[in-house]
Amino acid sequence: MISREDVEHVAALARLGLTKSELDRMVGQLNRILEAIAQLQDVDTSSVGPTAQVIPLENVMRDDVPRPGISREAGLANAPRTEGALLRVPLILEEGR
Amino acid sequence: MAGATSEALPLADRTITDVGERLRGREVSSRELVETCLTRIRRDAQRLNTFLAIGEEAALAASDVADAALSRGHGTNRPLLGIPYALKDIFVTQALDEDGRPNGGLPTTAGSRILAGYRSPYASDAEERLRAAGAVLLGKTNCDEFAMGSSNENSAYGPVRNAWDETTVPGGSSGGSSTAVAAGQAYFALGTDTGGSIRQPASLSGVIGLKPTYGRVSRYGMVAFASSLDQCGPFTRSVRDSALVLRALAGHDPRDSTSVEESVPDYAAALSGDVHGLRLGVPREYFVAGMEPGVEAAVREGIRVLEGLGAEIVEVSLPSTDKGLATYYIIAPAEASANLARYDGIRYGFSAGEDELLANYLRTRGEGFGPEVKRRIMLGTYALSAGYYDAYYVKAQQVRTLIKAEFDQVLTDVDALLAPTSPSVAFKIGAKTDDPLLMYLNDACTLPVNIAGLPGVSVPCGLADGLPVGLQVIGRAFDEATVLRVADAYERVAGFAELRPPTAHD
Repeated sequence: MISREDVEHVAALARLGLTKSELDRMVGQLNRILEAIAQLQDVDTSSVGPTAQVIPLENVMRDDVPRPGISREAGLANAPRTEGALLRVPLILEEGR
Repeated sequence: MAGATSEALPLADRTITDVGERLRGREVSSRELVETCLTRIRRDAQRLNTFLAIGEEAALAASDVADAALSRGHGTNRPLLGIPYALKDIFVTQALDEDGRPNGGLPTTAGSRILAGYRSPYASDAEERLRAAGAVLLGKTNCDEFAMGSSNENSAYGPVRNAWDETTVPGGSSGGSSTAVAAGQAYFALGTDTGGSIRQPASLSGVIGLKPTYGRVSRYGMVAFASSLDQCGPFTRSVRDSALVLRALAGHDPRDSTSVEESVPDYAAALSGDVHGLRLGVPREYFVAGMEPGVEAAVREGIRVLEGLGAEIVEVSLPSTDKGLATYYIIAPAEASANLARYDGIRYGFSAGEDELLANYLRTRGEGFGPEVKRRIMLGTYALSAGYYDAYYVKAQQVRTLIKAEFDQVLTDVDALLAPTSPSVAFKIGAKTDDPLLMYLNDACTLPVNIAGLPGVSVPCGLADGLPVGLQVIGRAFDEATVLRVADAYERVAGFAELRPPTAHD
């Protein structure tokens, strides 16, 4: 069982602002989904390794050479707030704190 | 010839193979094909809600370029030259120039409010390859938000309605693309498939839908949902058409390190119509309780047709099939919760505009994402959180190993597998929106294929209650050629190659 407090904690971890009614609905829905998912615990996987992806590729390397990326103007064009040639972000460090 | 369509079908409802020959023979122009599609798009815009963006001027200009090339005889070995198509709005299309100014390209929303008005500074690999092939982009199709859904009801821009019956869903998440092809609005369309999002809507919409092997096609420029499962592929009106589009899309791309350097065969040339000597497995676990009788009957009949063509039909077992859903609904949300962390209201997309950082994150994401996306972010974050990681995420990855091993084992004995694509035909809009688990069950027959990374195609195998049913052909990794050969051989004799929605004929 996942409690309402658990759901609030997970929403905070995910930086997801949920309304009170969304939280109420989410508790019931997540519990039903987790109940269905719980059947995996019955599978014996004691001698089975995990699969993260299915193709036999690892550590794909490319030559370490500079190449053009997108321009600063194009990179900033979708930003909600800019200042000059920079992204404008909310304050995260304050003087004296 | 294979892939030719009868004279009875309107121009808009024909195959690429058919109109391609007419283009090269200069009986029809690419401009006429674009106008034909645009007429259908406009006619059904309100009724079906298929497109989120239409690039009319750019499409007409591109068609003129294609017509000029065709007139110079440059159509040889370029089967997509001059063919109008649509992209699911999960593929970014370049909409900014070097100076960051709109260049006339189409916006990309991923069906989400959080990307409303987003203009990509770069093009997806799919857009680039299809442009190089001479195909003409018409617009971007509606889809479930971030490709999360099985009915297209999770789009922030309203549901797509099924061209066969407007009161039903077209399937999802690529329901706009499946509907565009079913309704004569595009000669092909691309979708993305993470757990069935190409094959299931193809089944419900009565068209062909192909999910290639994981790694076969570059995912560069596809808005990420679950990176170990996502793959893109075409919707078409014939199997041969799918072979043509796959050939144009497939191949290694250094910008997607999960795309592989496998040789790309001439898929259309491999369509022999002959399945003699092929061993085709029918996994008994795919005929589950709860499957609609009309669906089972149509699929069983499809299997008999292939047997009649000389294929050897063998019953096989994939015992972990019923663990697929649980495995998928841990792995996919876990990967999604990580991929969707990038929507922060700072660099691009919707922003709530709060001055305080945490408040801005919470409100931007709370207001920008829809209910299903929030549910999956929550599920994924929970499965990855301290104390639950081993019990959920690692466990699901271990069961993934078992599911893949069962497919690998069975596919050493048989050449391909035959199964239903979806346990049901198109259902009523609103019928499953209150019950996420019921909605997730739509993908029970398709998502194991993504878990194992294999290729699969859905081909129409008749109607049940007047709505389309799909037969799924699943193959070995990188053996799309056999999958397409089986589907094509079936399509040639089954009698459903000219299945079109009743509203298509006008």
